[in-house]
Amino acid sequence: MYSQKKCIAMLLAGGQGSRLFALTNKIAKPAVSFGAKYRIIDFTLSNCVNSNIDTVGVLTQYQPLILNEYIGNGQPWDLDRTFGGVHILPPYQAKTGSQWYKGTANAIYQNLSFIENYNPEHVLVLSGDHIYKMDYNMMLNEHLKTNADCTIAVLEVPLEEASRFGIMNTDANNRILEFEEKPANPKSNLASMGIYIFKKEKLFKYLIEDDKDPTSQNDFGKNIIPKMLKDGQKMQAYPFRGYWKDVGTIQSLWEANQDLIGEEPAFDIYNPFWKIYSRNIGIEPQYISPSASLSNSLVTDGAKIEGTVINSIIGSSVEVKKGAIVKDSVIFANTIIGENAVIEYSIIDENVKIGAFAKIGKPKADQVKIAVVGRNVTIGDHVTILDGANIEEDVKNEGKEE
Amino acid sequence: MKALAIIFSNIHNETIDELTRKRTTASIPFGGRYRLIDFSLSNLVNAGVDNVGILVQKNYQSLMDHLGSGKDWDLSRKNGGLVIFPHPNNYRNDDLYASRLSALISIKGFIESQMEENVILTDSDSANLIDFNDVLAMHKQKGADITIVYRHGICEKDLEGHMNFVLDDNQRIIDAHLKAKVGSPTNACLNIFVLQRRLLQGLLEEAIAQGMESFHRDLIFNNIKSLKIYGYEYQGVYLHINSMENYFKDNMALLNEEVRNALFGDKNHRIYTKVRDSAPTRYGALAKVENSFIADGCDIEGTVINSILFRGVKVGRGTVIKNSILMQDTITLDNVKLNYVITDKNVTIRSRNNLAGCEKIPFYLGKNTMI
Repeated sequence: MYSQKKCIAMLLAGGQGSRLFALTNKIAKPAVSFGAKYRIIDFTLSNCVNSNIDTVGVLTQYQPLILNEYIGNGQPWDLDRTFGGVHILPPYQAKTGSQWYKGTANAIYQNLSFIENYNPEHVLVLSGDHIYKMDYNMMLNEHLKTNADCTIAVLEVPLEEASRFGIMNTDANNRILEFEEKPANPKSNLASMGIYIFKKEKLFKYLIEDDKDPTSQNDFGKNIIPKMLKDGQKMQAYPFRGYWKDVGTIQSLWEANQDLIGEEPAFDIYNPFWKIYSRNIGIEPQYISPSASLSNSLVTDGAKIEGTVINSIIGSSVEVKKGAIVKDSVIFANTIIGENAVIEYSIIDENVKIGAFAKIGKPKADQVKIAVVGRNVTIGDHVTILDGANIEEDVKNEGKEE
Repeated sequence: MKALAIIFSNIHNETIDELTRKRTTASIPFGGRYRLIDFSLSNLVNAGVDNVGILVQKNYQSLMDHLGSGKDWDLSRKNGGLVIFPHPNNYRNDDLYASRLSALISIKGFIESQMEENVILTDSDSANLIDFNDVLAMHKQKGADITIVYRHGICEKDLEGHMNFVLDDNQRIIDAHLKAKVGSPTNACLNIFVLQRRLLQGLLEEAIAQGMESFHRDLIFNNIKSLKIYGYEYQGVYLHINSMENYFKDNMALLNEEVRNALFGDKNHRIYTKVRDSAPTRYGALAKVENSFIADGCDIEGTVINSILFRGVKVGRGTVIKNSILMQDTITLDNVKLNYVITDKNVTIRSRNNLAGCEKIPFYLGKNTMI
């Protein structure tokens, strides 16, 4: 039956992403730019479409305006459907009062009637802040085959890093025996990717119970999963092999961007059968001038390159003026790098103006931290911004040339 | 401003035979990621015209594929939007003048059933930035029956076969010639007309009754005395594509900053095209690129100088591409040398090939060729 969905997706996109500092001052983390022409949420939405999941609820809360406008009617991802498609789900006022989303579980709890509307057999819960390509259908098949109540995608991480993640201890058949959130002495290296498929009935049951528990933090990882395990529900791990990155910090966001370039890029976005969709506006092709020099970089539409770009990611309509050098950096859309400015090991947000002869960041080395310049900021001529800086306001030249 | 627009997509096919062997003039690829029709459609949409009919005769698969439902131009609408009219079978494809008029006659019923007061008729054989609001405003202000967009200047070869006008001080057209002389100052017709829908209906009925054949001769030239026909001078950028030579020249014109800014500089007047969701362009460690206009989705390991690369072009290691236009999904493997070459879509050039043409006659490789 067309109007009943086998599986719908709920995408958690409400987090503030405070560890991205200036980059998430005015926009939600899933809307942060990535890989020259994308936003972080494009990867999850594209995964949904490429996995034939055509109904996606996007739960928003923190600074949603840019995200809302970006997603729009979902047309760029082919999610403008007659029945289903993408829906933005902000917190709302109800007869019993109104409340913000208190946690990941509570966000979905408040939208149970949205899920009910499609009457799916299974619900896929996703995070909007991961960079990866994954066929959710294969995970769903595994979920159906094992008749699990909940299937959790897991990734093998190096054992020494395992204590940063939620770790699953499983038996030989991938059945989850134990779940430990950031254990000091991890017993396995299977980390939860924050991707869950639930049987709808089980999800509803546990979310409703969770809401009645005043001590709960209303979080999937902290409350729902441990509770289900304790009750002996059938919980399966689904091992995922491939590229996956949580881009929750400046360092990991920079690294994930760098993973797109190099001799053999760690993350491939060129697969014609697994396209990453994004909202495109009519921008002309990029122009590379005679004075430009480009090496090992990613550049997109509308960019005008007159300077030198090395090991960098250049967003749409960025201008790199004559004599400017951009190295080991990530530049988001519509930013202008003034003449002879030097940008090293930095992330520069959208609509930033960097003055002539300005110096941002330090050459990449151990101990050197990434410099970050937030959106709409203007940096004056000859200004020096140190490494590790987090610039949220305009910086004017104080009249002194260094 | 509201108006009905009708685009002729096939008009100048035979003058640029290589490129239109498998496509319409309107769907000739241009400027890295566009088709010529993108400019007409964007001009119309940017002027608020959202009811567009496109007349096609033959070879229109590529155009249909490009246009889809029209949503990339925001023309997928309940009211109006994009309508494509393939030719009815009684066409006379060989006669251009007759086809423009008979094409219009074939959609007379559609024209009659629309609500807009004015109709814009336009060809799709150039990249330009005509402001249709301005043309419509002048049409209204002059109380004109027909307003024709023209270009003033020394006639160059591309406009030789175009009608040209003699105007009085009030911009009214008082005389016309069906052909212009190269080198002499002319007011060349750009084949963009604005007229009242009711008037067009009347003219078409008259044409049917009297068995007229030529739009220019019978409807325009013969009516200069009886109708108020005004000229609108278009002074902006106009890259007219009707031969291989000026196809090459006009693409290369985009390497000029002034031309680029004129066409693409206005952020409130974007040129829309089919979205292909290409990934960004990747430049390898040894890439060397100078003075080139490059679309998304390319993978560049070699050298590219003075060239236009369309979406999805691959340039292998040690390959040197100079003064060339490589259309969508052209693949050049390692150590290839190209100079003054135009490759059509999906061309593959294997390693160590050395191909060259010259500026006047660029070396052209047809669609899906493999060398």
